[in-house]
Amino acid sequence: MSATAIRRSTLPGFGLTMGLTLTWLSVIVLIPLAGLFIRSFELSPEQFWGILTSRRTLNALRVSFGLAFAAACVNLVMGTVIVWALVRYRFPGRRLFDAIVDIPFALPTAVAGIALSALFAEKGFLGAPLAALGVKVAFTPIGIFIAMIFIGLPFVVRTVQPVLIDLDPEIEEAAVSLGASRWHIVSRVILPSLTPALLTGLALAFARAVGEYGSVVFIAGNLPNVSEIAPLLIVIRLSEFRYADATAIAVVMLIAAFLVIFAVNRLQRWAQTRVPTL
Amino acid sequence: MTMELPDSLSLTPSRDDVRASAVRGDPRTEPKAIRIAIIATAVTFLSVFIMLPLVVVFAQAFSRGIGAYVAALSNPEALAAIRLTLMIAAISVTLNLVFGLVAAWAIAKFEFRGKTFLVSLVDLPFSVSPVISGLVFVLLFGAQGFFGPWLASHNIRLLFAVPGMTLATLFVTFPFVVRALIPLMQEQGTQEEEAAISLGASGLQTFFRVTLPNIKWGVLYGVLLCNARAMGEFGAVSVVSGHIRGETNTMPLLVEILYNEYQFVASFAIASLLAMLALITLVAKTVLERHLDEGKTSHDH
Amino acid sequence: MTIEVRNLVKRFGVFAALDGVNLRVADGELLALLGPSGSGKTTLLRIIAGLDWPDSGEVFFDGEDALLRGAGERHVGFVFQHYALFRHMTVFENVAFGLRVQPRAIRKSETAIRARVKELLDLVQLDWLAGRYPSQLSGGQRQRIALARALAIEPRILLLDEPFGALDAKVRKELRHWLRSLHREINVTSIFVTHDQEEALEVANRVVVMDKGRIEQVGTPTEVYDSPASAFVHGFIGESIELPVQVTDGSVELDGNKLALSAEGVSPGASRLFVRRHDMQIGPADAGALRGEIMQVRSFGPVQRAEVVLSQGKTVIEIDAPRDRDLRAGEIVGLNPRRYRIFGA
Repeated sequence: MSATAIRRSTLPGFGLTMGLTLTWLSVIVLIPLAGLFIRSFELSPEQFWGILTSRRTLNALRVSFGLAFAAACVNLVMGTVIVWALVRYRFPGRRLFDAIVDIPFALPTAVAGIALSALFAEKGFLGAPLAALGVKVAFTPIGIFIAMIFIGLPFVVRTVQPVLIDLDPEIEEAAVSLGASRWHIVSRVILPSLTPALLTGLALAFARAVGEYGSVVFIAGNLPNVSEIAPLLIVIRLSEFRYADATAIAVVMLIAAFLVIFAVNRLQRWAQTRVPTL
Repeated sequence: MTMELPDSLSLTPSRDDVRASAVRGDPRTEPKAIRIAIIATAVTFLSVFIMLPLVVVFAQAFSRGIGAYVAALSNPEALAAIRLTLMIAAISVTLNLVFGLVAAWAIAKFEFRGKTFLVSLVDLPFSVSPVISGLVFVLLFGAQGFFGPWLASHNIRLLFAVPGMTLATLFVTFPFVVRALIPLMQEQGTQEEEAAISLGASGLQTFFRVTLPNIKWGVLYGVLLCNARAMGEFGAVSVVSGHIRGETNTMPLLVEILYNEYQFVASFAIASLLAMLALITLVAKTVLERHLDEGKTSHDH
Repeated sequence: MTIEVRNLVKRFGVFAALDGVNLRVADGELLALLGPSGSGKTTLLRIIAGLDWPDSGEVFFDGEDALLRGAGERHVGFVFQHYALFRHMTVFENVAFGLRVQPRAIRKSETAIRARVKELLDLVQLDWLAGRYPSQLSGGQRQRIALARALAIEPRILLLDEPFGALDAKVRKELRHWLRSLHREINVTSIFVTHDQEEALEVANRVVVMDKGRIEQVGTPTEVYDSPASAFVHGFIGESIELPVQVTDGSVELDGNKLALSAEGVSPGASRLFVRRHDMQIGPADAGALRGEIMQVRSFGPVQRAEVVLSQGKTVIEIDAPRDRDLRAGEIVGLNPRRYRIFGA
C-alpha cells in the first residue's frame, strides 16, 4: 500500500508546532480579545452610541486622537530633520545621537512619565523657564502633547532611516546633471520617494500615541473633559465597575488601531511598487 | 586633477569641494548654513526631548545623596517589587521563548495558506493599547467577567494577584521572540534542515543541532526585547493588579504609587533601575544587531 | 540497490512537474537525469530522496515500496546543489553528523565514528581540512565534503542535485572525472541531475533525457547521441542543424525543392530534418542533396566552422568540417548528410 495519497512535507513537526502555536495564540491573545468584542455585542447599538457620545467620553476621545495626531505631525517634521542629519551628515557624536533615538522605545512608560512630569512641572528644569514665559505645560493638554511627541519620535525616524540610507545616489547625480537646484532635488526627487515611509512613520507614531498610558498619565492633568485621555477613562470606568462603558471605549480604540494597521500595510505595499527591488 | 563626484553622504568635504560649494551653490548637498541649521535643530531636539528626561531620572534619584538612594532601594516594598518584577519577567520570557521557537518553526520552515494572516495575528498585541491589554483580562476573569463567578466559586484569584499580572505580561510580550526569529529563519532557508533529515536525523535532533545554533543571535535578540518589555510594562499590569502594596506591585507600579505620594527620591530611585535596564538593553541590542547583520551577509552555500 | 519508478505525477498548481514518469535504475549504475530547467529532473530526484512527495505513482527500492518512509529512513545520500553544509560545524563534524544522530541502538562508538570520518575524508582527499569551517573552503572542496557527508551513512543510493552547477568550468571538469572514478570505487547506485549534456554524456552509464515532465529517451551516452528518439533529444544533445521540411509520400522537400533524402517511416506533413553539424559532408557543387554558398569560415578549435547559405530556401546553417579541408568564402558546395533523422513536427 503506497502512501502517495498522503501529502507530507520534508521537515517534520508541522502538525505539532502549528497546533501548539495556535493553542498558545488563542489562549493568550485571541480569546481575551474575543472576550472584549463579545462583551461589546452585549450592548445594544443605542447603549453603545450613548456611551460613546456622552460628553466625557467624547472629550476623552477628542483629547487622545486629536493630540496624538498633532504630536505625530510634529514627529513627522522633526523626525525628518533628525533622520536627515543622522543619515546624510557627519558630526561629532552622531553615533550617540543615533542611539538616543531609541530611548523612548526602550524606556519603560512609567519611568518616561514621571521624568517628563518632573521635567516640565512648574519648578522643573524646563517647566520653570516656560512658566516664566507664561506657558504652563504640566497638567495641561500641552503636557500630553509633549509626552506623545516623546514616545512617537522613534517610529518616524526608524521607519524612514533605512529608506533614506538605501536611496540610490545615482538618482540624485542624475538630477544634478540635469541642472536641478538643491532645493528641487530635495523636494522633487528625494522627499517624494520617502513619502510612503514618512506616512508609515506618521501612522505608527499616531497609533502608539493614541493608546499610550504610562508616559502620558503623569504629566496630564487628568481633568475630565479637559486633559483626560481615553485610556485613563477606561481605567476609571473599570474601577467604577462600569465594564460596559470601558468596553465600548476600548472597542472604538481597537477599531481605530486596526484601521491604522490596515493603512500601514497598504502604505508598505505602495512603497514596494515605487522602489524597485533588486 | 581628477574630477570625482563625491557622493551625497560626503564626509568632511575636501578643500576644493568646500570652495566649489561656496562659490557655485553645489546642488550635490545642502549649503553649509542649512546643514548646520539642520544638525543644530536635530541635536537640540534630541537633547531636550529625549536626553533630558533620562537625565532627570538620575538627577532626581540622587538629589538627596547616595544614602537616600540606597535606602529607597533597600526598602522592603521596593525589594518586594523588584522580586515580583523579576519573577513575572522570568516566567513571561521563558514561556514566550519556548512558544516563540515553536511558532517560528511552524511559520518560517513551511509553506501554507494563511501564513500572512497568522503573522498579523501574532503582531496583534503590538497594536493594542496597554490599558486594553489589561482590560481584556478583567473582562475575562473579573468579578463580572466571563469566568469570574467560576473562579470565585473555586476560590481562585487570578486578577489582583500575580497570575493575572503574568497573563497580562504574556499578552504584551507575546510577539517579540517570534518576530525576531521569523525573518532570520526564512532567510536561512530549509536546505540545512533537509540535509540533516536526509542524513537520518529526527525532527528534534535537526532542530537542536542544526537550526538552533544558526538562530542563536536572533533568539538572544528576541529574549532581550521581550525581557525589557516584560519588566517595564505598566498600563496592562496596572489594570489587573489592584495595586496591593507589597503584594502586587511591580517596579513600574511602585514607581507610580511613590510618585503620587510625593516620595520623589524613592520613586525615581526605582525608576533609575528601570532606566539602567533600558540602557543596557539598548547597548546589547546594538551589539546583537551587528551580529545579526553579519550573519546575513556572510552566506555559506 | 535497484530503483523503479512507476507513473509518477507531480503538479505545482497547474504546472505538471512530472507527467507520468517511468524509470528503472539498475544496481550500481551511474545514471544522469538530463534536461532543461523545468523538465522535472530535480523534482524526480527529490521524490526518490523523500524530500518531496508525488501526487500519484509509485517508487520501489529493491522491490519495496519506498514511499512508506520519509527521507531519513530511506538510507539515501543526498548532495545538494548548494552543498547545504552546516555552517556552524567544522568539516569533521559535518561529515560525522549522520553517524552521530543515529539511534543509540545502532550508533557506532565515538572511536569508530572518528575512524569512519577519517576514512571518508581520505577518500575525497581532504583530510587536511577536517578542522576548518565551510566558509573557509572553496566551492570544489565544499562539494567534496558534501559528498563525503552523504557517504558517511553508507547509503544504498546516492543522489546528486546539479553537483557541479555552482563551480567554474575547470573545477567542474576535474570533479567530473573524480566522480566517475569514485563511483567505480564505491559502486553505489547513483543518480545525478544536470542540465549540462557534456557532463551527462561524459560521466554516466546511462542518460535519461527529460523535457516538460516526461522522459524523452533513456539510453547509453552513445545511444542517446547517435540514435536520438525524438526531435527534442536530437536538438538538445550535440550541435544540430535543424531544417523545416515537407514530407510527401516518401519524398522530402525543402522550400519546394525536392531533396535526395529518404523519409521512410515518417508520416506525411510538416516535419523537421536534423543533421549533426559534423555529419554534413561538403563536396562538389553538383553532387549534394543540398546546395549552398559558403559565406564565412572560422577556425574553431579542432574544427573549422562554415556558415553556408542554402540555395534551397536561403536558410543559413553552420557546418563543422575538419581543419585540413580547403574551404573558401564564396565557394558553391554540395552538402550530403552522412547521418540524418526526420521527425514529424
